[in-house]
Amino acid sequence: MASEKGVMLLDFWVSPFGQRARIALAEKGVQYEYKEENLTEKSELLLKANPVHKKIPVLIHDGKPVCESLIIVEYIDEVWSDKAPLMPSDPYQRAQARFWADFVDKKVYDCGSRLWKLKGEEQQAAKKEMIEILQLLEAQLGDKKYFGGDSFGFVDVAFVPFTSWFYSYETCANFSVEGVAPKVAQWAKRCLERESVAKTLSDPKKVYEFVCFLKKKFGVE
Amino acid sequence: MGETLKLFGWKVSPYSHRAEVALRLKGLKYEFIHEDLANKSDMLIRYNPILKKIPVLLHGDTPIVESQVIVEYIDEVFDGHPILPKDPYERAEARFWARFIDEKVRPQVWMSCWTDGETQKSFIAQAKESLAILQGRLEGKKFFGGDSIGLIDIMACSLALWFGVMQEVVGLNLLNEDDYPELCRWGEEYRNAEAVKECLPERELIVGFFAPRKDRIFAKKAPVYD
Repeated sequence: MASEKGVMLLDFWVSPFGQRARIALAEKGVQYEYKEENLTEKSELLLKANPVHKKIPVLIHDGKPVCESLIIVEYIDEVWSDKAPLMPSDPYQRAQARFWADFVDKKVYDCGSRLWKLKGEEQQAAKKEMIEILQLLEAQLGDKKYFGGDSFGFVDVAFVPFTSWFYSYETCANFSVEGVAPKVAQWAKRCLERESVAKTLSDPKKVYEFVCFLKKKFGVE
Repeated sequence: MGETLKLFGWKVSPYSHRAEVALRLKGLKYEFIHEDLANKSDMLIRYNPILKKIPVLLHGDTPIVESQVIVEYIDEVFDGHPILPKDPYERAEARFWARFIDEKVRPQVWMSCWTDGETQKSFIAQAKESLAILQGRLEGKKFFGGDSIGLIDIMACSLALWFGVMQEVVGLNLLNEDDYPELCRWGEEYRNAEAVKECLPERELIVGFFAPRKDRIFAKKAPVYD
């Protein structure tokens, strides 16, 4: 990578992790070049930018790569600190934000994948776990507009891309997010009113098509 | 802020050590409250209701949980020895390696110790690759943080003591001086650092935890506390 000035994002269209970075960049009004990666044939650039994990998303800023979606979001927030702060300014609130973003990171994607990958009893166990996760997040959200309080913040960015996977989770495991976590469901709708989110999130039906494609690929059902 | 600092921890836990070493690097006074993990106190559950785990840092009445979150909090609130760099790119880089240690190195080394047969072989191969990658990051420096201890060093603490003890208990020779001379050299620097020495558990304490529970930990692939 030459020390080219500018911002580039190596990504994959449906990745909720990549979408975190896209939403953060949009909130900050940062111009960047989007590069769609073919994950079955990763580019030289991706392999060079993330030699350890060879994964997207990777943010390349003035030629220097930043990897791991939440790390990318914090980086974006620290560099473009003059607009739309995503992290709170109080250290304790920041600790809370990091805790909950990490909670989303460790729980939602993994459990969600088990919802469509597994069947029978194992799927039921995953469903029970997902409901617990959503209800914990519901309790944390409470009556706030966003997880960040009045302003859209770090935890919102961390979690919102998964809302376009709700339809897939609901369809595969037969439950309703609105039924088990109505405040989360409302929050998801509110987030979609933000341009950064509306322009970034994949259509839930398209996500479901992708999940069905993965199911076939992995020989599920 | 003249508020008191209390740390709910357990000396055998490297996660608890991470929080302690951060407090000591900043020269902070704190009360260490030992938690019996087979019998968690009401206070621990009150302050960490979601995960019910140690360490928990109590700053005044405010609980902070998760070792890396605690370390970053301590760094942001208190002056003194800088744990994370100031530059955003370097901070991102430090956080990347912290995550690599927690998501790859630690679980792979753990599972290398607590599995057998083909499964173990596979974990050992993964652990070897990750350890080599991590060693490469040292680049001959005294610490991952350069001349002084930083976030990556703190997050890598298991490699300085706990892994060595655990592999001895199970009879594995994964992290050794021949294969990882730089990492072992780093381990010694880390163990001898002032702030670390003050809160590093004795080897015997860690052996005393693992040895009698070997079979049960092997069966569960996770620590057992009772």
